[in-house]
Amino acid sequence: MISLELFAWIVPLCPLLAFTVITLGGYRNRKFSHTVAILGVLLSIIFYQILFWVRIILGNTPDSLAVQISWISLGTSELRFGTYLDASSSLMLFVVPVVCLVIFVYSIGYMRDDKSYSRFFAYISLFAFAMMGLVLCDNLLALFIFWEIMGTCSYLLIGFWYQKPSAQKAALKAFIVTKVGDILMLLGLLILYSETDTLAYRFLFQDQVLHELASKPLINGASVATVVAFLLFAGTIGKSAQFPLHVWLPDAMEGPTPASALIHAATMVSAGIYLLIRVFPLLVVSQALPYIALIGTFTAVIAAVMATVQDDIKRVLAYSTISQLGYMVAAVGIGAYKASLFHLMTHAFFKALLFMAAGSVIHSVEHGYHIARGHAVPVEGQKFSPNSMLQMGGLRQSMPVTALTYVIGGLALAGFPFITSGFWSKDAILTEAWHLNRSVFWALALAAGLTAFYTVRQLSLVFLGTPRSQASSHTHENGNTMIIPLLVLALFSITVGWVGIPGQFPVLGRIVPDVLEIAFESPSLQHIAVDTMHSQAAVRFAWAPVLLGIALPALGLFLGWMLYGRQPLETGDEDPISIFMKAIHMGWLYRFVENGFYINEVYQTLVIRPICFLAEVTSIFDTGFIDWLIRSVGRIAAGFSIGVKVIDENVFDPDFSKLSRFSLSSVLEWIDTYLLDEIVNIFGFISNILSVLFQQLDERVVDGFVKLVVSVMESLGGYVRRLQNGLISDYLWNAFLMVLFIIAAISFLQ
Amino acid sequence: MDLPYLSALIFFPLLTGLLMIVLPRKWVNVIRVLGILSALLTFVLSSYIWWIVGTSGSFEMQLVENRQWISQFNVMYTLGVDGISAPMITITTFLTVLVLFYTAFTIQDRVKEFFVLFMLLETGMLGVFLALDLVLFYVFWEIGLVPMFLIIGVWGGKRREYAAIKFFLYTLSGSVFSLLAILAVYLNTGTFNIMEAVAAKPFVDNDLWGNLAFWAFFVAFAIKIPIFPFHTWLPDAHTEAPTGGSVILAGVLLKLGAYGMMRIALPLFPSQFYFYSFEVPIITILALFSIVYGAMVCMAQWDLKRLVAYSSVAHMGYVALGIASAAAGVNVIGNDPQSYNAASASLTGAAMQEFSHGIITGAMFFLVGMLYERVHTRDLKSFGGLAKQMPVYYGFMLLTAFASLGLPGLIGFWSELFVFKGTIRFMPIMAAIGVLGMIFTAGYTLWKVIQSLFFGTFDHERWENLSDLKWWEKVTLWPLVVVMVVFGLYPAPLLHTFNGAVMTLLNNIIAP
Repeated sequence: MISLELFAWIVPLCPLLAFTVITLGGYRNRKFSHTVAILGVLLSIIFYQILFWVRIILGNTPDSLAVQISWISLGTSELRFGTYLDASSSLMLFVVPVVCLVIFVYSIGYMRDDKSYSRFFAYISLFAFAMMGLVLCDNLLALFIFWEIMGTCSYLLIGFWYQKPSAQKAALKAFIVTKVGDILMLLGLLILYSETDTLAYRFLFQDQVLHELASKPLINGASVATVVAFLLFAGTIGKSAQFPLHVWLPDAMEGPTPASALIHAATMVSAGIYLLIRVFPLLVVSQALPYIALIGTFTAVIAAVMATVQDDIKRVLAYSTISQLGYMVAAVGIGAYKASLFHLMTHAFFKALLFMAAGSVIHSVEHGYHIARGHAVPVEGQKFSPNSMLQMGGLRQSMPVTALTYVIGGLALAGFPFITSGFWSKDAILTEAWHLNRSVFWALALAAGLTAFYTVRQLSLVFLGTPRSQASSHTHENGNTMIIPLLVLALFSITVGWVGIPGQFPVLGRIVPDVLEIAFESPSLQHIAVDTMHSQAAVRFAWAPVLLGIALPALGLFLGWMLYGRQPLETGDEDPISIFMKAIHMGWLYRFVENGFYINEVYQTLVIRPICFLAEVTSIFDTGFIDWLIRSVGRIAAGFSIGVKVIDENVFDPDFSKLSRFSLSSVLEWIDTYLLDEIVNIFGFISNILSVLFQQLDERVVDGFVKLVVSVMESLGGYVRRLQNGLISDYLWNAFLMVLFIIAAISFLQ
Repeated sequence: MDLPYLSALIFFPLLTGLLMIVLPRKWVNVIRVLGILSALLTFVLSSYIWWIVGTSGSFEMQLVENRQWISQFNVMYTLGVDGISAPMITITTFLTVLVLFYTAFTIQDRVKEFFVLFMLLETGMLGVFLALDLVLFYVFWEIGLVPMFLIIGVWGGKRREYAAIKFFLYTLSGSVFSLLAILAVYLNTGTFNIMEAVAAKPFVDNDLWGNLAFWAFFVAFAIKIPIFPFHTWLPDAHTEAPTGGSVILAGVLLKLGAYGMMRIALPLFPSQFYFYSFEVPIITILALFSIVYGAMVCMAQWDLKRLVAYSSVAHMGYVALGIASAAAGVNVIGNDPQSYNAASASLTGAAMQEFSHGIITGAMFFLVGMLYERVHTRDLKSFGGLAKQMPVYYGFMLLTAFASLGLPGLIGFWSELFVFKGTIRFMPIMAAIGVLGMIFTAGYTLWKVIQSLFFGTFDHERWENLSDLKWWEKVTLWPLVVVMVVFGLYPAPLLHTFNGAVMTLLNNIIAP
């Protein structure tokens, strides 16, 4: 058994070794770097497959893999470190290294011209290590460690092109915003650690321990389980970009596209979902689930809305990722954790595919731009941006393979029935939502419709019609290292869905076995906390969610086709939605959505600027007051000693000839220098501090508010003016929106 | 037979220093090699002592030496080592080796004096960590002060005299308080021996004197740590000190205060410490304030070295918080195993933070010094885009910065985790505030240090000739980085030593 136990450790260590080799000198040779990185992941896959199948054949339980090493001892408690393979982690490990491998190969082509080629492969190897470690480890503390290492890799990769100020800002923003979630998560871990003196899954997820956690009150009657569940969920909100911490993900697209595909779509962002699935037994006994469902559903809908108006090809996909992650969170929230895991797996493939296909487009457009300039063709007035979909168009002719794979990925995202994987996983979530929470179902179905709509919009803008810029007309298909990974992922994007076709599904269910269900029921992969988990009832098949799950995306597809596909845009055309919204006097709403509801601006004003202001004030206070106080003590002590000297000379040892002339004047002089001067100094310091303080206050706080108000007023300006014009239709629209909002709010609160 | 390992360890550097004094001033390289070799030997010896402590299986004081010293006043020459002091002496000798090695290549001026002073300094520092007699502790404490004063004053930057005097007077006025407290303890218990005094429970029935003595010790140690509002000597001293001086100042000298807090103030006055950490939580609030305040000042700082200095204030706040949190639990740890584990956690966290901060900030000051040697400016606004020009430097700095902001997987994370694990049990709100402070740490470290140095546009005209790290600089940094990573991934050996000693310390406090 020794060999088997070792394999579980070796799986994540292969990429770590690759990282180490590249960092410690391998970076000098580009070819060596990517070979080592790819070899690392390849070995992980091989070792894992051997491990998995041997385990299935031998039929050992997760506990038989309990090789643990002594790790942390505090007082009389001890936390050991080991691996843990149950159904969730085993399934995750089928997906993660495969996606990594494909993206690594793709990067060879995509990063070909980059000067920091080896650095890139080092970072993504470290990332692969952290992700696999996160899935494999057997306690929450280790999970948190890997979680943070991934966050660091994400920071480094977003800021990979560090010369660009936008990349710098985006990297810092991503790190800090997710850190907010991480810190809350850490608090949750600390409470759990303090209550149980361990963080090992094997101990925590026993029915008895869970029961104790659920019955022990902590704050305001909320149980330990509830408080911890909320805090851990905060970690997910940060990592998986849920509202209100989703703001970092769209900006994270500043990183190289393979990094976006790997980290900000396929794997790292889904670590948050994995955390929820992992601690699901704890969530079940807490009161957090309805709120998790609420946040997930809300995010799924608003992100889908935001995705419909983006012009940047990657930002559409970023908002789409947020929306799909919202789906998964909502699924966990209603108790459908298996469906959530299933969607996580299919999404990893088709979203990686979409990002890489988008990367292929961008790569090609950038080359097209250089060719266009090389031929001295004047590049038209608009500022060139390789990501702008308005400057693309007609790429299906020059890039047929990319177009084909993009369409496959897009259809999977839109949930095209029966063929694509996205359909099956989305269907699994919708079916459960239908039975468990009808309002979540309707919201998610609406999001599915929107998803189909923006997918068609994107496909049409990029691939249909004629090129809308010189750069796009000089595009050509990319090389094999980029094309073959796309084809591989396209294949997976279709087939992966078939592993989860429910057994009760008419016709297909009987042909294809439901591998997921088998995995979850398999004794070798049995989840712990059996009783708690089995309180979740199995869900029956129903026609309504399936049909609605087909109908709403179909509607979205149809509308998208009518607006964008039937008659593709020409150069300089305005977006039809924008035209439409202006026509119905709702241009403000369009801008509001386009700018992501101004959430960034709100954070800037209410959080960032006050904190910077406070920092400046503290710094001034430190040198201006605390240190000054100390220096004054010194000065006064010195002054005192001189005073004593004056007294000594004039009183105890008076030189009578000088007394009349000097004593009074020297005392006065002393008072002047050491007392009055100090008082003047005090006022000087105070006024100095006040002036700097007011200046800072003005710059950072007042100014911020003014800017926020101005930008909000600008966007509302048209709206308010219309109101004053008194158009009945506007009132109706507003009333309608309000009613819609209130209905949504009420249905959730039930 | 028991060899006097501890005396040998303490006085070996001093003997080397005496030998150096008789060597001719011109034999610069001989002095350098001698200094480094001696420091290496001391390091090996201290590691061996750690090994003895770690493998003995006992968590009491080891290798105790007890001799008459000033018999009229019952002052003894008592030395001993346990799981708290063993890692501290090792980090002292470890950093001394690195500093002397680095200095051998960078300081050309008055080499002999520098090395002699450093040997004296090492003796003083080791003595503080090993002394078990209050008078001996005080003497070593003062011995360490003079060489550092001279190191800052002679080899420092532009405002070196001001910084040196400020450092000296500030610490000295603090230690005067501790001398008074030592005398008070002696008059009450009749002993200068720390362990005996702990068992005798000084001033257990005299509230006024107990409070006075406690605060006297507290202020002396708080100045050295330093805790807000006693911290303002630190930025000046750090900024003006030469690189080696800053490294030892941050790496070891600050720990003397924390060590005193842990070894003397807490065990001698547990009820006072409890009262002011929990009932009237002045100490806890000051510790928390240091964390948040230090981080805030860092965010507004554009002078690289001052920034690192203020970050020390914030990081040492975690040590103070850990000790305060353990003190907050002294009343309940006797009968509640979870509280006992929590108090052990925060005290272990505090001890571990002393160790990890020594490694991380030591590396940080080396890195800052290496940059300063090249460009002679510390203004962060004048840099940018150095990642391409100095990739190796970038790599080292990146790792150190991440360790400094407490990234899991590196050594700095553990101490913060353990401190908060304990604090959250006794004072959940305080813990929550402290944990939130970690966001600011992440903010200034990435924004100020990493992004303003390495990201952004590169000033070609100004920094074109900037060279990457030389071999000796890499040799200086590698050991520190290895320690950060190895203990970061696998803290068990370090924890094992700390935890046992911390449990003994707590048991002594709750013993009837």
